[in-house]
Amino acid sequence: MDPINFVILASILFAIGAAAVLLRRNAIIAFMGVELMLNAANLALVAFSRIHGEIDGQIMAFFVLVVAAAEVVVGLAIIIAVFRARQTISLDEPAELKG
Amino acid sequence: MLDLTWLLIAVPLASAAFLLLAGKRANPWGHWVGVAASGTAFLVGLGALIQMLGLDAHDRSHAVHLFTWIPGGELNLDAGLLVDPLSMTFVMLVTFVGTLIHVYSVAYMEHDPDRRRFFAYLNLFVAAMLLLVLADSYLLLFVGWEGVGLASYLLIGFWNHKPEYATAANKAFVVNRVGDMGLIVVMGLMFASFGALDFDTVFSSVDGASTAQLTAIGLALLVAACGKSAQFPLQSWLGDAMAGPTPVSALIHAATMVTAGVYLIVRSAPVFEGAPAAQTTVAAIGAFTLLLGAVIGMAKDDIKKALAASTMSQIGYMMLAAGLGPIGYAFAIFHLVTHGFFKAGMFLGAGSVMHGMNDQVDMRRFGALRTAMVTTWVTFGLGWLAILGVPPFSGFWSKDKIIEAAFVGEGAQPWILGGAALIGAGLTAFYMSRLFFMTFHGKARWTDDQHPHESPALMTVPMIILAVGSAFLGLFLAVGDRFSTWLEPVTGHAEHHEPVLPVAVIMIATLVLVALGAWVAWRKYGANDVPETAPAASLATIAARNDMFQDSVNRGVFERPGTHLTRTLVYADAAVVDAAVDKTAGSWARTGETVRKTQNGQVRSYALTMLVGLVIVIFLVVQGGL
Repeated sequence: MDPINFVILASILFAIGAAAVLLRRNAIIAFMGVELMLNAANLALVAFSRIHGEIDGQIMAFFVLVVAAAEVVVGLAIIIAVFRARQTISLDEPAELKG
Repeated sequence: MLDLTWLLIAVPLASAAFLLLAGKRANPWGHWVGVAASGTAFLVGLGALIQMLGLDAHDRSHAVHLFTWIPGGELNLDAGLLVDPLSMTFVMLVTFVGTLIHVYSVAYMEHDPDRRRFFAYLNLFVAAMLLLVLADSYLLLFVGWEGVGLASYLLIGFWNHKPEYATAANKAFVVNRVGDMGLIVVMGLMFASFGALDFDTVFSSVDGASTAQLTAIGLALLVAACGKSAQFPLQSWLGDAMAGPTPVSALIHAATMVTAGVYLIVRSAPVFEGAPAAQTTVAAIGAFTLLLGAVIGMAKDDIKKALAASTMSQIGYMMLAAGLGPIGYAFAIFHLVTHGFFKAGMFLGAGSVMHGMNDQVDMRRFGALRTAMVTTWVTFGLGWLAILGVPPFSGFWSKDKIIEAAFVGEGAQPWILGGAALIGAGLTAFYMSRLFFMTFHGKARWTDDQHPHESPALMTVPMIILAVGSAFLGLFLAVGDRFSTWLEPVTGHAEHHEPVLPVAVIMIATLVLVALGAWVAWRKYGANDVPETAPAASLATIAARNDMFQDSVNRGVFERPGTHLTRTLVYADAAVVDAAVDKTAGSWARTGETVRKTQNGQVRSYALTMLVGLVIVIFLVVQGGL
């Protein structure tokens, strides 16, 4: 199978993830979108690694996995903290940064 | 003892600080601390004088190093004192007359709730004045110069709850500022020309300087002297300065501070030796001011203002003498000393009269006080004879020498300067006799609630001592040219020059004019009745009553154009500078308003912005092959 197909799949997954972040108000769903984008990027890296026959992309993918794990911990903690303070997980509710 | 001269400054200064900080607890006895501080300074000065008299004439200049003041760069300056016959003369005058006036003030200010503060200021003045005359550099002199200005300001405005007194203090301060600017210019010029500010270096480098440099320095020195000594055209503050308590007028505005300008000129003699034009200007200013002061003095009805005009006129004599060069320096200082005695004595006499007359100062409401206040009458009379220059009283020995010296020279100068000095002597005789007769002779013109009485001993004893000085000091110092010889190490030996008129003629002319002036005054104010209100008078008299319209002139020439200039500048500032800044700031504010709308606080819109940015970057990378 042509490895370019993996790149196309990664693009589609990334688009779905981005759409989820941009369109959904629910913080959990948006967070899932972020995860989806990260995994899309991982897929693309692995695919490129395959295309070029080099191992760099796969190494990079492991880095991304580690960072993503840390990011999940922090992100979920933030969501819980916001929920405790405001009884909501809507992304539009906290708008204190309005200029 | 000569090395202890720093005590002269330190003791009064410490006492001033103590009195200001001590608070109300010190009220019952604080004034005696002030008297003691001044007296201590006098004793230290006396010790130094005795030691100096024991030295040879050429050893009498003694430098006292205090501390390194400004180290570094091109200007290295040590703070030090120069104790020589000239500064010692001033030390004795300031501390002796100062102490007497301190004693007098104890009684004079007895009912004033702020007496402690008054003595603190007096001590501050004594310290600053001594620093002025003892300093060994122009910069240290300037510190004292500003110090006496401050003390003068504080004391003129001592009763500043009266708005016009506060205004008088401000006026004195502002006019003095003009003179101070002259002294700052002097220091700038000296530093530029000689790279130093201490007397030694400056005077030894004078020979290498050009006449133009020295003339500029000399004229700037004259501006400084005019400000402090109330000489034309900076004379307008002295009359109003009489708002201060009378002891202040006696000490600061008659005997000591106002003569600081004369000191400055005489001290800077080497500069003037190289600048004949500046020297002539000094003499001309002195001659003009002595006539101006005399004319103003002839018309004043306020006893203190008449005395102030007289002070101005007498300092004019000193300036004239100082402008004559080496033949005049010693006489300028000699007249300064005798004047310090007789004028301080007369001011204290005026204070005694005011004390007995419910603070009345209008001479038209005095008259016949000789019976009520015998001591005051006699002591004032001795001062009056001294200022008239009647032999053998003090003024005769000093003033007559100045008139004589003014007649020395070539061309028209001796006739103009000598003539002014001669006429001035006649006018002095008239206005001082007018003052004397209006106050002590004629019929009583008192208001109903006035019961004149002699002042207490604390006031009369200083007056008596000063009167004795007025009578005999001149004779004592003039015999065998004692005073000129004493000052010779500083002023240099003056070669004897013959005046254009024989000395005897000058002396007789002076005495005739003096007698004439006194006789006219007696006819008009002694033998005849004096109206209780000032009668309508000629234009000249009105002008003299109004100080020759000096305030109107100042207002028209300086104040009005200055006000208009500042108003225009304020308007230009608002219309041009501020407007430009405001417009720029406004446009940035509007930009900010627009840009601010993108910051809406919505997380998802930020995410969209990031995504769009990312897409654009990727597009550029792919397209441009960056």
